[in-house]
Amino acid sequence: MAFGLRNSRQEYGLVAIALHWVVALMVFGLFGLGFYMTGLEYTDSWYRRAPWLHKSFGLLTFALVSFRLVWRLTGEKPVMVPMPGWERVAALLAHRVLYLLLFLVPVSGYLISTADGRGIDFFNWFEVPALLSGYDRQEDMAGAVHLFLALAIIGMTGLHTAAALKHHFIDKDSTLLKIFGAGRGESEN
Amino acid sequence: MKKFLILVLLLTAFVSVMPSGVRAEQYTIDTKKAHAFIQFKISHLGYSWLLGRFNDFEGTFSFNEARPEASKVKVSVDVASVDTNHAERDKHLRSKDFFEVKKYPEATFISRSFKVTGKGAAVMKGDFTLHGVTKEIEIEVKEVGAGKDPWGGFRRGFEGTTTLALKDYNITKNLGPASATVDLYLSIEGIRNK
Repeated sequence: MAFGLRNSRQEYGLVAIALHWVVALMVFGLFGLGFYMTGLEYTDSWYRRAPWLHKSFGLLTFALVSFRLVWRLTGEKPVMVPMPGWERVAALLAHRVLYLLLFLVPVSGYLISTADGRGIDFFNWFEVPALLSGYDRQEDMAGAVHLFLALAIIGMTGLHTAAALKHHFIDKDSTLLKIFGAGRGESEN
Repeated sequence: MKKFLILVLLLTAFVSVMPSGVRAEQYTIDTKKAHAFIQFKISHLGYSWLLGRFNDFEGTFSFNEARPEASKVKVSVDVASVDTNHAERDKHLRSKDFFEVKKYPEATFISRSFKVTGKGAAVMKGDFTLHGVTKEIEIEVKEVGAGKDPWGGFRRGFEGTTTLALKDYNITKNLGPASATVDLYLSIEGIRNK
């Protein structure tokens, strides 16, 4: 199937599709890694490596999501399949909340590690400097927000997935297929 | 009412003419201007020392030069103010793995006895509460000095050391065999109450 890098009015381009799935993979990977690393024993060989990977991939995700938003705002967006008005509004709202969470979760994580002015190492490549630090108990506040929003993102992803499956199996439209780069022209009459 | 006032005045006059060695002097620990410190050190893997302190605490003590054994100390520490110069570690120390500050925000020490062991040296016993557990501990105390300060007040200072086992306070996170105990160093300056 031939589809371009950029989106069209009918379908998502390769870049948007790749970004969607890479970010999805990051979200689940980082969520799992986050829980794994906070439960590690001090003497575990992953005690230092797991947080380092979590932070590096978290920063990478922030960069990817930033690029994804720019890509989305500067390109075309495939038209939604016909659906009731409330569904359209709910979908739009859910997507915006997801984007917001995709920004706020890495930012809150960044604010934990940089609370004392230390930067964050990015894959042993370079250090991302601390920008906001030294607020009273910043690490605790940012930590609580990070955990809460991470749980929220998983909840929203569940809703997002349920909605996609509803479109596919109940409405039998092409919504889900579009994000796989398939379904062009199918079910769209 | 008048009689009562006279009684109070007489008592006040009596107390104020008593020689200063007879009554216990009351001191407030100078945490406002940070002339008091609660520091700790714990081994890191057996290879080095990790130092930290509690930034927020308050307390009082009484001291009577004629009867030092009557000395009393009361200190309460805001455990969440733990500071090891690393925000992530401090956050971890406040968590359920260690201090559980949300559940046990305060650590306290209330002295029970003060035994002079030598010139300017003493052992102070008291109840120390941390992480919801109260244990009797012994603090080795040394007098550092006392006298007038340049600003019209009177100050008195002590230093103290003690060692605590983490497991005694239900802190069971395994930090390795070298890190089962933590040494405390206390440097306390009191300003005599007016």
